[in-house]
Amino acid sequence: MTSAAVAEPQRYLETQIRWRPVEIAFWLATLLPFVLTPNYLVLASQIAITALFALSLDLILGYAGIVSLGHAAYFGFGSYTAGLIAKWGWGEPLTGLVIAAAAAGVLGYLTSFIIARFRHLALIMITLGLGLLLAEAANSASWLTGGADGLQGVRMWKLFGVFQFDLYGTTAYTYALAVLFVCFLVARRLINSPFGLALRGIRENAIRMPAIGAPTRAHIRKVYTIAAVMAGVAGALLAQTTETVSLETLSFARSADVLVILILGGAGRLYGGLVGAIIYMVARDQFSGINPQYWYFWIGTLLVAVVIFLPNGVLGGAARLVRLGRSRA
Amino acid sequence: MSTSALSTRGLDKSFGSLVVASDIELDLPPGERYALIGPNGAGKTTLINLITGMLKPDKGQIFLGADEITMLRPEERVKCGLVRTFQINTLFPHLSALEAVTLAVCERRGYAGSWWEKLPAYGDAIEEAYAILLSLRLAASCYRPTRELAYGQQRLLEIALALATKPKVLLLDEPAAGVPQQESAELFSVIAGLSQEIAVLFIEHDMNVVFRFAHRIIVMAAGRILLQGTPKEIAADARVREVYLGRARHG
Ligand SMILES: Nc1ncnc2c1ncn2[C@@H]1O[C@H](COP(=O)(O)OP(=O)(O)O)[C@@H](O)[C@H]1O
Ligand SMILES: [Mg+2]
Repeated sequence: MTSAAVAEPQRYLETQIRWRPVEIAFWLATLLPFVLTPNYLVLASQIAITALFALSLDLILGYAGIVSLGHAAYFGFGSYTAGLIAKWGWGEPLTGLVIAAAAAGVLGYLTSFIIARFRHLALIMITLGLGLLLAEAANSASWLTGGADGLQGVRMWKLFGVFQFDLYGTTAYTYALAVLFVCFLVARRLINSPFGLALRGIRENAIRMPAIGAPTRAHIRKVYTIAAVMAGVAGALLAQTTETVSLETLSFARSADVLVILILGGAGRLYGGLVGAIIYMVARDQFSGINPQYWYFWIGTLLVAVVIFLPNGVLGGAARLVRLGRSRA
Repeated sequence: MSTSALSTRGLDKSFGSLVVASDIELDLPPGERYALIGPNGAGKTTLINLITGMLKPDKGQIFLGADEITMLRPEERVKCGLVRTFQINTLFPHLSALEAVTLAVCERRGYAGSWWEKLPAYGDAIEEAYAILLSLRLAASCYRPTRELAYGQQRLLEIALALATKPKVLLLDEPAAGVPQQESAELFSVIAGLSQEIAVLFIEHDMNVVFRFAHRIIVMAAGRILLQGTPKEIAADARVREVYLGRARHG
């Protein structure tokens, strides 16, 4: 009798984390561009890369509650690392990806010691400062980075020695999507682990955590490093699939965009960054004809509307609709 | 001193010119139930903040058993067996009660750093969390998000989280704050039923409860310990009668 009573909470926690049909449908739908919009595979690959970047921000913002305005630092660092390796003669994509991930991870680990000490406004200022610092450093070191002209001469080898990175983006999208999926599986695993529960604890109540014996700073350093690795992977993907790296990868605009994307989609839901990236990038592509100033006008409007009407993002709104529908039925 | 589960020596703390702790000397033997009383603003919560490391004392030392813990960080003190609850609910609003207590158990057992194994794989931690919730009569609502629990249940969850750390010393900051009298009695019967191995220091304003459950009472006023004694001695003290019992009679 007691064992049945105890199995129940375990089963409840298992149902919390099982794969839902809508998730499987989502991942199947990511294959649609190959058949439906084969002319847009380059865009699709950029979306996948941005989605991965947003996913990495979700780990720290959506789960641990760490607001960052400088997340592009790790994206750009991974981008330049991957670009430079290829430029210096090693164009193999997968090893380049791993090296860029490691480089971004080291940077993330080092900065995490600062990050873990602060919260709230101070944290926003520090992440902003670190991001600007790195962007300016890259700008000054133009002998290394190519400065404002961007990094030229990046030549990628064929993926697995077989698949050329072509103009149509078939290889690029396949590659970016596969890497995104693998990283997503890792993130999903992490979120559903005891460590993921501890992160949610930090987000929910950072004061209570030490009072139950939780080493909050160590947790933050860890997740921050993992998120930096993922951001670095996203940056490396961009460098490899476009065969160039620009200062924009480190810019404040990129940090701000990814924050907008995550909030638009819904932070703390794992799919929020993915959905946000699709909406944001498709919309920007559709409006690319119009003046870029108007683009930010509409993004501004959209952001205000989302925060007012969908405080938990598009996915939060969708979840509420589903709940309403269920309770009516 | 070797017999005390918790002791403080000469603790001082001021906020600017406001002295909130002055030469606090406290000895809590293992397994005892001590009450800490005193008017609002006396410095009771501050004392708990000092003992648990959430505030740094200006002067003085804190010992857990024979070990000095004055320099340890709050989470390290919890690992040593010193835990507190909060006067104002300090919970995890969107976690279910089961998740919250499981989190505390995972932290104690050293599972909380592992990010590759799924949470349900840690059956022992979940089982232990559930048993704690069961013992506090929270099992039936343990799947609901904390913020949806009744206020009284949230007060119990405060205690459940503390128990999940397997404390030797438990500091309860007004565990029944805001709870109606009837429920308050239930809550204290839970506290009275805690393992005899845990030393408990509780802050409480209801003198009936204090006299019923405390082995010894410490009276604080304006950052000082006014006096300590058995319930009988305290009840007979003129100053306490004036400050406390008089007021308690009025409501
Ligand atoms: N962080 C703080 N900064 C300044 N003053 C504080 C702080 N915390 C508490 N106090 C003051 O210290 C005094 C004691 O507060 P507290 O310990 O909460 O009293 P009690 O729990 O006995 O009601 C009060 O006057 C309160 O206003
Ligand atoms: Mg108080």
